[in-house]
Amino acid sequence: MNFSHLPRLASAALAALALAGSAAAKSIELLNVSYDPTRELYVEYNAAFAAHWKTKTGDDVVVKQSHGGSGKQARSVIDGLRADVVTLALAGDIDAIAKNAGALPADWQTRFPHNSAPYTSTIVFLVRKGNPKGIKDWDDLVKPGVAIITPNPKTSGGARWNYLAAWEFAKRQLGSDDAAKAFVAKLYKNVPVLDSGARGATTTFVQRGIGDVFLSWENEAFLAVKEFGADQFEIVVPSLSILAEPPVAVVDKVAKRKGTAEVAKAYLEYLYSPEGQDLAGKHFYRPIDPAAAAKYASQFTKVELFTIDQAFGGWAKAQKAHFDDGGFFDQIYLKN
Amino acid sequence: MASAVSSLSRSAGSTTRPLATRDALWLRYTLTAVALGFLALFLVLPLVAVFAEAFRRGIGAYFAALNDPDGLHALKLTLLTAGLAVPANLVFGVAAAWCIAKFTFPGKSLLITLIDLPFAVSPVISGLIYVLLFGAQGWYGHYLDAEQPWLPGLQAWLIEQDFKIIFAVPGIVLATTFVTFPFIARELIPLMQTQGNDEEYAAITLGANGWQTFWKVTLPNIKWGLFYGVILCNARAMGEFGAVSVVSGHIRGETNTLPLHVEILYNEYQFVGAFAAASILALLALVTLVLKSLVEWAHARRHA
Repeated sequence: MNFSHLPRLASAALAALALAGSAAAKSIELLNVSYDPTRELYVEYNAAFAAHWKTKTGDDVVVKQSHGGSGKQARSVIDGLRADVVTLALAGDIDAIAKNAGALPADWQTRFPHNSAPYTSTIVFLVRKGNPKGIKDWDDLVKPGVAIITPNPKTSGGARWNYLAAWEFAKRQLGSDDAAKAFVAKLYKNVPVLDSGARGATTTFVQRGIGDVFLSWENEAFLAVKEFGADQFEIVVPSLSILAEPPVAVVDKVAKRKGTAEVAKAYLEYLYSPEGQDLAGKHFYRPIDPAAAAKYASQFTKVELFTIDQAFGGWAKAQKAHFDDGGFFDQIYLKN
Repeated sequence: MASAVSSLSRSAGSTTRPLATRDALWLRYTLTAVALGFLALFLVLPLVAVFAEAFRRGIGAYFAALNDPDGLHALKLTLLTAGLAVPANLVFGVAAAWCIAKFTFPGKSLLITLIDLPFAVSPVISGLIYVLLFGAQGWYGHYLDAEQPWLPGLQAWLIEQDFKIIFAVPGIVLATTFVTFPFIARELIPLMQTQGNDEEYAAITLGANGWQTFWKVTLPNIKWGLFYGVILCNARAMGEFGAVSVVSGHIRGETNTLPLHVEILYNEYQFVGAFAAASILALLALVTLVLKSLVEWAHARRHA
């Protein structure tokens, strides 16, 4: 390597920077690595944010998207996928990025309001029209002959939420963790196929016609009914479900390197604005802003929700006990 | 292969008909019907379905779906990937086949086995190999993060250029090259082994040097097999899904190839778009097949 070029290279780079700085409008590119069911939301949100940022600063922002199972997406970011922001299905996956790649501080969840979750959701059942198997609640799922579609909890965030919802339901009904484990094991015996992400599982249920009931993100279930018509599918809301808080975070290491920290932060903050909240409600997420929540309240059924902190002591604990290698899910699923 | 087939057809034209063509009429027709039925069911029907779905909402919707910027970018990336992977494997395939067919050296059978490796391992594993090597937690990532790397200048340059391997175009090209690695070599090795070394010996005896022997003797002998290998390699390079899916990162308009784009559109309930993109892939495959048939036809005519 010849170092004599370095000063010249550096001055050329400085000149380029100066040129870029003097130009009227910068063109900024962000990468938002997200989970499966947010595809339609972020198409619309990205356009809204680009317009907002343009009027505010005059700069053009293009937000690129990558979608997949939440756990899989986190793995990709750890392996070097250059996400400026991550908008994943659960805090545990962003914890994994903080822990394994050191790409953001461990207390990332305190940096945005409401545990960094700008919208919430829950788990409901999607069944075929007329509900031929008569599925009303979690205990109907373990009956023999019921085929359940749910993605793989190892790779999908939604699958982890619905696994925990089933566990908590069983624990409250049957009284102990052992009984809950047996209940969840029985439930997974009725699962013919584990897709890697929520959208793949939706496709399995909706388009390939496999299974009697799909344990689905609420917004994903609404979207399927909207796309395919209420004459094909029905949403069944169980007596108890989990409050799913899909969190968002700036990946500091990437944003700092790319010089996008400011716009990345603004991008996520805008999710909390009235416009962002309205879009969340429009795409069947439960907005946290009271005004937007009131506007969309009628589309959601009232359901008793518990939080992961109440029932499982937070994601770190739940992840370790249930989903890490050798955890309860492995014990259950390997036995099947 | 092709020469074996053509010699068979020549003997069929001679005085005694071989046994295989003296079977009862009903048996021949039944077998033909079964073969054609199978083809119709498993090849023609899906192909028709792709185009039928693509044009379901009319030709306007079809072209509107094709005109999507992310889709066009996916098409460009697919062509670029094939355009880099195929020449790389062309050079490698000829070199490897030449070594294996014309020379004996220690470790030859090991080399043959290694060439087959990409066929033997699942494409997903092929992709993961590159994540392990070039991911942020892999060798490349550790090199970029190292405090005291060897070749500090190279590290500084890579960081300054922001040179990414996986979740970027280089990774996609690498994974595709790996998966399509055996096609050309595998096509050439048996051909060159059958041809033997006699003509090369003759050329060298007459005073040709190595390059002259290769360009004027070896290459003309293998050109049809080579062409055939390139076509197969290209078809696979454009259609590869598994390995590319692992290293792509699925960034729309940036690292999605056409097969990945089809999956995304399908999963987003955009059926016309998904099948329109699939029809482009199918068309690329059909062009490849037509080329392949032309090659076979030209080859058969030369040897007739």
